[in-house]
Amino acid sequence: MNHPLTPVLIAAVKLLCGAHARWVGCAPEARQRIYVANHGSHLDTVVLWAALPPALRARTRPVAAADYWSRGFRRWLADRIFRAVLIPRGVPNASAEEREAGARAAVETTAAALADGSSLILFPEGTRHPGAGVAPFKPGIWHLARMRPGLELVPVWLDNLKRVLPKGEFAPVPFLASATFGAPVVLAEGEEKGPFLDRLRNAVVELGRR
Amino acid sequence: MSTRFDPELVAVFGGLLALLVVATAVGAVLRRRVTAAGARATVENAWQRIVAWWGMCAVFAAATAIGPLASTALFALLSFLALREFVTLTPTRFADHATLVWCFFVILPLHYVFLAVRWYGMFAIFIPVYAFLFVPIRAALAGDVEHFLERTAKIQWGLMVAVYCVSHAPALLLLDLPGGAGATPKLLLWLVVVVQLSDVFQYLAGKTLGRRPVAPTVSPGKTWEGLIVGGLAATGVGGGLGFLTPYSPVAATGMALLLVFLGFAGGLTMSAIKRDAGVKDWGSSLAGHGGVLDRIDSLCFSAPILFHLTRWFLPGSV
Repeated sequence: MNHPLTPVLIAAVKLLCGAHARWVGCAPEARQRIYVANHGSHLDTVVLWAALPPALRARTRPVAAADYWSRGFRRWLADRIFRAVLIPRGVPNASAEEREAGARAAVETTAAALADGSSLILFPEGTRHPGAGVAPFKPGIWHLARMRPGLELVPVWLDNLKRVLPKGEFAPVPFLASATFGAPVVLAEGEEKGPFLDRLRNAVVELGRR
Repeated sequence: MSTRFDPELVAVFGGLLALLVVATAVGAVLRRRVTAAGARATVENAWQRIVAWWGMCAVFAAATAIGPLASTALFALLSFLALREFVTLTPTRFADHATLVWCFFVILPLHYVFLAVRWYGMFAIFIPVYAFLFVPIRAALAGDVEHFLERTAKIQWGLMVAVYCVSHAPALLLLDLPGGAGATPKLLLWLVVVVQLSDVFQYLAGKTLGRRPVAPTVSPGKTWEGLIVGGLAATGVGGGLGFLTPYSPVAATGMALLLVFLGFAGGLTMSAIKRDAGVKDWGSSLAGHGGVLDRIDSLCFSAPILFHLTRWFLPGSV
């Protein structure tokens, strides 16, 4: 399942930033889940992925922006190592229809990956957020939760990665980073989009305050 | 070749192995017997420490067996991990990113390269002079003046403690001691054994006899009873293992006493920094012990002094 170079990459990530996992709200169980995390650095995906126990990692695929991960070495990483689910990202100056079509395609691609039985890593802020806080969540995660009633969304707080590799920097600095896994959030019967996205985002933000 | 399987080295590593076996047996019995909730946590922590000790001893023994370059590389890795822990707890700012990239990927490796090629003069001044001046210059170029002196001083401190001080343990391998090339790995082993056993003995004596803390606001776990009983025991072991050093038994005992004191002072000083940062451990990479810096804080303060005193007492040794 895993590429032979995966352990090398994991070791490099751990040497760089520790990638220590803290399971405070749930246990690392081999069941289908979506890991929902804050996003501040290019390293978020690989660190969260490295922090998972190997058995879970083997069946977990990160959801990533197609425009960033579609060329050269990144493409190889996304395809062969992470087996990433690549989705289109909002294009600036796109018309309302184009934007809607893009969002629908993103949800459909992601839903297909869920249908395969994979767990997912998702950053619902949509892009790396440079400031201290967490940006509002995009609605795609709500659509996914509605398609799969009962699916556990595990909030994850990624700490210190903005220091390791801030937006706009090329070389990383080794800081100890950690991934804190909180109590799963499940879409309630009839829960509306706005309240659900707020609840999920708060679950992530709260983990960061611990 | 003869340095690698030196009978004295083999004997001391054999002794360490025996000590680990005994500690593991005692730990296993205690884990079965002790059920009281309070004591249980202490026993579990001690057990994790013993398990980690197996790993640490194995790595150190392997590096010693391979040779001086492997030992130097091992300490370079320890410096990297220690500096990583140090800067993680140091509130640096976004503008320090480039400075820190230089510290980790240029200054640290270069310093150890000077050691590996046995360029003593450069090894001795590179960090205290060149890096000391470079760090504030690079930080000033980044343009952020907020808490400038504080940030810069913290980075300089991290380099001094985690890189410069730690590197003086493998720097012992540079020395030209009576007894030939096989003498320096034995002195390094002696340093590590005395300082680490001193930590272990002080921990054990403190847990069992400890009453009066030496500096309650800094580290309530460090007691006079632990320091005196544990420290004297480690000094005794250091004197007994004096055959590993170029010193006479009496001088080795005196030197061990000094190292024990410096190791204690190092642990206390690094505790003060942790207290200030509001944490108990530097990290969590060594189960039971905390971070790498928790394990080598005593070595940071004792290695440079052993190195320089040995140069002083044995002139012409570098």
